[in-house]
Amino acid sequence: MTLDFFIQNFINAMQWGSFLALIAVGYTLVYGVLLLINFAHGDIFMVGAYTGYFIGTFLTNNFEIKLPFDLPSWVVIPLTIVATMFITALVGVAIERIAYRPLRNRGAHRLYLVITALMFGLLLEYGNLALLGASDRQFPNLFDKIIYSIGGITVTNIKIYVILLSFLIMGILWWIVQKTRWGMAMRAISYDRLAVPLMGISVDQIILFTFVLGSSMAALAGIMYGTAFPILRFNMGMLVGWQAFIAAVVGGIGSIRGAMVGGYILGFTQIFVAAFLPSTYRDLIAFVVLLLILAIKPTGLFGVPRRTKV
Amino acid sequence: MKRFGMPTLIGISFLFCIVPSWLGWFSNYIQFIITLIGINIILTVSLNLINGYMGEFSVGHAAFMGVGAYTSSLLTVYLLTENPFFGKAILPEELSILIFPISLLIGGVAAALFSLLIAIPSFRTRGDYLAIVTLAVNFIFKSAIENIDAIGGPRGFMGMGKVVKAMDNLVSFPWLIFWTFLVVVFSIFIIRNFVNSTMGKSIVAIRDDEIASELMTVNTRWLKIVAFMLSCGLAGVAGGLHAHTVTFINPSSYFILQSTYILVMVYLGGMGSLSGSVISAIVFTILLELLRPLDVWRWVATPLLLIILMLFRPTGIMGSRELLDVFPKLKKYFSSLQERLTNAFIKS
Amino acid sequence: MPLLKVDKLTHYFGGLRSVDNFNLELSENELVGLIGPNGAGKSTVFNLVCGLYRPTEGSITFNGNNLIGRYPHQITSLGIGRTFQNIRLWNELSVIDNLRIAHFSQIDYKLLDSLFFTGRLVRDEQKVTQEAMDLLDKFNLVPYVKELPRNLPYGIQRRVEICRALVMNPSLLLLDEPAAGMNQGEIGELINLVRWVKDEFKVTVWIIEHQMRVIMNICERIQVLDFGSIIAEGTPKEIRDNPLVIKAYLGEEVT
Repeated sequence: MTLDFFIQNFINAMQWGSFLALIAVGYTLVYGVLLLINFAHGDIFMVGAYTGYFIGTFLTNNFEIKLPFDLPSWVVIPLTIVATMFITALVGVAIERIAYRPLRNRGAHRLYLVITALMFGLLLEYGNLALLGASDRQFPNLFDKIIYSIGGITVTNIKIYVILLSFLIMGILWWIVQKTRWGMAMRAISYDRLAVPLMGISVDQIILFTFVLGSSMAALAGIMYGTAFPILRFNMGMLVGWQAFIAAVVGGIGSIRGAMVGGYILGFTQIFVAAFLPSTYRDLIAFVVLLLILAIKPTGLFGVPRRTKV
Repeated sequence: MKRFGMPTLIGISFLFCIVPSWLGWFSNYIQFIITLIGINIILTVSLNLINGYMGEFSVGHAAFMGVGAYTSSLLTVYLLTENPFFGKAILPEELSILIFPISLLIGGVAAALFSLLIAIPSFRTRGDYLAIVTLAVNFIFKSAIENIDAIGGPRGFMGMGKVVKAMDNLVSFPWLIFWTFLVVVFSIFIIRNFVNSTMGKSIVAIRDDEIASELMTVNTRWLKIVAFMLSCGLAGVAGGLHAHTVTFINPSSYFILQSTYILVMVYLGGMGSLSGSVISAIVFTILLELLRPLDVWRWVATPLLLIILMLFRPTGIMGSRELLDVFPKLKKYFSSLQERLTNAFIKS
Repeated sequence: MPLLKVDKLTHYFGGLRSVDNFNLELSENELVGLIGPNGAGKSTVFNLVCGLYRPTEGSITFNGNNLIGRYPHQITSLGIGRTFQNIRLWNELSVIDNLRIAHFSQIDYKLLDSLFFTGRLVRDEQKVTQEAMDLLDKFNLVPYVKELPRNLPYGIQRRVEICRALVMNPSLLLLDEPAAGMNQGEIGELINLVRWVKDEFKVTVWIIEHQMRVIMNICERIQVLDFGSIIAEGTPKEIRDNPLVIKAYLGEEVT
């Protein structure tokens, strides 16, 4: 294995890991607060990618309805990102309001919530298929792709942006959860659900905030995914989302640091397996490795075992 | 009075399912649906053991079903038919009637052994650990089969139609419905016996309070593994039936979507209710067929209907009750051994 | 030979030493109390004996069997019954089922019997039900047989739990704060119940309790635990007058 080859795959793995990490964070946030495996989250990512597609196509004047003028790309990019995050967050919050909260308030068993989440995932996925058809969509070019070649390594500017932006966003998220009042309330809920309302914090608001955070992260991942691999398909949420979920678990579900690390571990495993073996072995080996990690450390890398008092 | 209980019920359903199919009153399509309902009943009832009674969360039932499907169809196709995968048949066609049930059984055993591999590390800790592992099992199964080119890989495997045909040529009889029916009765019989015995009911105690169970001498680890293997073994048998019913299988048939459907049927029926499972398997299968004209929108309508149902009935159709609790008069005929014993003591 | 011998038992929760060099010998048909302030490590001692936690150091021998490294269900099957601070009956199962399931280690039939409804299953279930009903009868609990525990009054739940702990024919019964949450009348009943259980079932009772009235009334011997180690040991009278105990309970200022 040459060094060039290694660095090339390293960069690819960083990019792929970034997507997984950003989506995994959404799983982990909701799990930490609600103890709910939000199986719809992968499809929120899909919604993010498609929303980004529509907004991006519209703003770059490639849509059926045209703007009377062309927008410069320094307007288009931030506008696309912000609008997409906003709309996707609305979808996430809507699911919580329509389905999860009523069920929670009626004291339904936790697993019924999980099933409802699964159903919402299917609803989004096949809703997309039914509305937009099975044909793939081409994500618009929000900016020009530049390819840098250094020795045997090729790096696109997109990869660099994706990696840097993910790190920036995860840093901000880390700060929100660790330092702000809302973040502290989120962590408090995951420790003690009953005490939090006693402290004058509205649990419903914190849950809403959690869904906003998680969904907008997924939206961002969706846009970046669309920019990096410009083909969108209705079942992308399932294919990428489930893997991100597993990544969250390997990191220790409920732990944000764990979700990030888990995302990169899964990304690295998959890319490097694909680099050496036929790519059909990618999932097989990646998931076996993950199971091995879990067999050795059942709570995940950064998870804390819950001790019940006897 | 007791002798009018279970045997009568089984006899009546036998009359209504198999005899009309035999006499040719049911079209092939209806026979296909009846078989599918039976298979779904087996899958739902068996998964209910883990997700309902035991309160764990397995999302990989389709993978175990797939292990059974591939094992049994490989066996029958390899032994009985000339096919592009293995060449000439090894045994004469006439043996198909015998080989088919044996292959189902072997499929079930294979699935149970595969589940043991999963169960040993999974039940060390509680919580959603099993959910995660079984989710990964879906991917592993699909990916593993896709990488075995000798059995068709992602393109799938076929030839089971010939086996079914061979059985029919020999003795004209709805063999698939017959075996499905037998397995349905068998599954319900053993799971009902299990959860109504002191040994089996302990899994409900585990769901309720695992630490208390362990301290009250229940061997929780062993019991969980046994229940899991039992459940997955039945799923394997159902997989064998499924493979021979649809006659063409590929790894995607036993992926997350299929697992999700089984889950939905379990929770639709109610956690820990066998009659609920049976009802929901019937309702769900028929619903999917009725919605067929909707084409793609069927896959939108189904989850939507289920979400609405969950909102209005957040414990499923039956909750944890059985039909007997809804119709107490029937208790005279169908009550479990434990109930009878308890009642006998209270009266004396 | 003592029934239970705990020797130099030490246990750490992370860096915190929760039990420190705990020693005890229990002989047959004794009634021994374990008291101490909240967080002194009393329940931890019980959990160590039952195998829920693994001791860092020390040995536990019960009836000649070494208990270290065994699963909890193996340990309790040897004949150790226990109740819990916060009642832990199976609330989704009826009272009779609670008792039947505690028979788990005593059922003779195999898995296949339970799946295929053999004669052996029927015989055994009959035996189990018979035993459970007899036990419930002794505790005057027969009227509640089909109730779910969560629907029963608190005092009755306590009684059911003690009854369930006797299913495995224990020679040692661990009671973890049985009087918690009881009023004075119920405590009086409990005192009689514990005495009766000890004589009727020939068990050694080891009891954790905060209610001094219970401890002083029934215990033949008392150990006092503070910060994980024993600070005093003796008869109720000796403990009552021990200045160290008073200090541990009431703080430094009292003279």
